Amino acid sequence: MSILVIAEHDHAVLKAATLNTVTAAAKIGGPIDVLVAGSGCAAAAQAAAALAGVARVKVADAAHYAEQTAENLAALVVANVSGYTHILAPATTFGKNLLPRVAALLDMAQISEICGVESPDTFVRPIYAGNALATVKSADAVKVITVRTTGFDAVGQGGSAAVEAIPAGPDLGLTQLVGRELTKSARPELGAAKVIVSGGRGLASGENYHALLEPLADKLNAALGASRAAVDAGFVPNDYQVGQTGKVVAPQLYLAIGISGAIQHLAGMKDSKVIVAINKDADAPIFQVADYGLVGDLFQLVPELTAAL
Amino acid sequence: MKVLVAVKRVIDYNVKVRVKADQSGVELANVKMAMNPFDEIAVEEAVRLKEAGIATEVVAISCGATHCQEQLRTALALGADRAILVETDAAQTENLQSLAVAKLLKAVCDKEQPQLVILGKQAIDDDANQTGQMLAALLGWPQATFASKVVVADGKTTVTREIDGGLETLSIRLPAVVTTDLRLNEPRYATLPNIMKAKKKPMDVLKSAELGVDIAPRLATLKVVEPAKRQAGIKVADVAELVAKLKNEAKVI
Ligand SMILES: Cc1cc2nc3c(=O)[nH]c(=O)nc-3n(C[C@H](O)[C@H](O)[C@H](O)COP(=O)(O)OP(=O)(O)OC[C@H]3O[C@@H](n4cnc5c(N)ncnc54)[C@H](O)[C@@H]3O)c2cc1C
Ligand SMILES: Nc1ncnc2c1ncn2[C@@H]1O[C@H](COP(=O)(O)O)[C@@H](O)[C@H]1O
Repeated sequence: MSILVIAEHDHAVLKAATLNTVTAAAKIGGPIDVLVAGSGCAAAAQAAAALAGVARVKVADAAHYAEQTAENLAALVVANVSGYTHILAPATTFGKNLLPRVAALLDMAQISEICGVESPDTFVRPIYAGNALATVKSADAVKVITVRTTGFDAVGQGGSAAVEAIPAGPDLGLTQLVGRELTKSARPELGAAKVIVSGGRGLASGENYHALLEPLADKLNAALGASRAAVDAGFVPNDYQVGQTGKVVAPQLYLAIGISGAIQHLAGMKDSKVIVAINKDADAPIFQVADYGLVGDLFQLVPELTAAL
Repeated sequence: MKVLVAVKRVIDYNVKVRVKADQSGVELANVKMAMNPFDEIAVEEAVRLKEAGIATEVVAISCGATHCQEQLRTALALGADRAILVETDAAQTENLQSLAVAKLLKAVCDKEQPQLVILGKQAIDDDANQTGQMLAALLGWPQATFASKVVVADGKTTVTREIDGGLETLSIRLPAVVTTDLRLNEPRYATLPNIMKAKKKPMDVLKSAELGVDIAPRLATLKVVEPAKRQAGIKVADVAELVAKLKNEAKVI
């Protein structure tokens, strides 16, 4: 057995999701190599080499990996799979975009968003918005897997893997980046935050969302999240969305404010350690998963809570 | 330009799914089925391209058993011009996996030669989020997944994608594969006259075996179980009690 983990990074820093993916690889067993493909990505490669349990870091450094497009990256991965029994990437928008392309080029199935490892060929994954957990066994020679980051802890530091340059693959020239609008925030990343303050349609406007939830999040050093309804209504950008089709999070503390608790939302947060719900409707489904429920008007309760912390 | 849209029949998103007692899967008998919500968005986008004079024909495709014709009829009522059912037998339908669907769709694309294929980003039953990317790989075409805006002009499409950090816009060459995210558009409802008209629109049925691709499952489902239920919590009386509980009982602040 031998595992290749595809690193997600911004050329300088590894994304936190890569660390969870390495832990999943360690659960499978066997030597772990990490592929860092980027442009001017030596720093990210060094960071990968320092992860506990990593044997080798393979670095493909070329201008046509600057944008991390699936077409070019998939061609590179496919050219470098020989000898590996497992290929892993985080189940983030990066990994979800890339890995099925790799799998199809290899004529292998993909096992999406595993949250558990039973054995080197058998994995647990959520289906139906997390309302069921399937245990699946793969018959493929290479297991191509995306990893649900909340299912695995982040790997520690202390490794000293060899860093080895590999030749870049072709530039297929199929896609061109026009631009990126990335949300800038001084807050912790949603996927890695210990505390998340999340708001829904109950906040009624973007102004209210910011006026009420920012001070609370400041007090708690929290990341901000949202329901789909809040994103659709334009209160906050798309990358705030928690749920079946947004981000999956599992912080120590999740505060759901003015969120009803639709199954699609619960799918993204019900593995949080402690859930608090503030909602004026005592029958809102969110209270069925909340450890602590507070029934009442959020416009009164949220400022009170912020003041009390 | 011809646009193909992939349509999957899934359990309606409002249904609370139940795991079967024998752990073989979820209960599908007598459960309301519907078009995968992301595919409604895909159909809507294709129909809008036609209404804008960019697409000349919109073809809806589903792979599965005979009853997928219901969802294809819905696609026709929403504005698709014709439909293709790639019919699999009951045993195959139970375990039709993304790679197999991608291969069937590829075979249809080889015949139909569309310039654009639009799929949902994920099916809300298996939550796989694979088929579009796999199809793009098999065709050797570029892909733009998780689209929240699609503009087609001059043999290219410019697609805004929802990514973890925010938004990204790509310009990709046609032919291409696009997968839809929730905010791409708001699908229309099928009106009664359009539902009537849809009954007369053409629906081809191909047997999957005719397409000559291997659709055998690669993954075996050993069991399906319900996730552990959360312990029911408590309602607190006021903010002071909440803060006290978070500090002293949960110890998270
Ligand atoms: C295919 C698909 C995928 C989806 N994916 C996601 C997803 O990833 N994430 C997601 O979140 N949703 C998702 N949804 C949408 C989901 O079904 C719900 O529509 C959405 O989560 C509702 O958001 P909400 O709770 O903010 O709004 P609502 O359901 O409208 O709830 C608002 C809540 O605020 C409360 N409220 C109102 N005013 C006040 C006040 N003054 N004080 C206190 N409480 C107040 C109300 O009592 C209510 O409970 C998806 C839907 C589909 C079909
Ligand atoms: N059996 C099917 N028939 C037609 N289209 C499908 C089928 N399965 C998946 N798709 C398409 O692929 C998308 C993603 O599905 P999945 O990869 O299973 O999450 C869906 O939204 C559909 O557009």
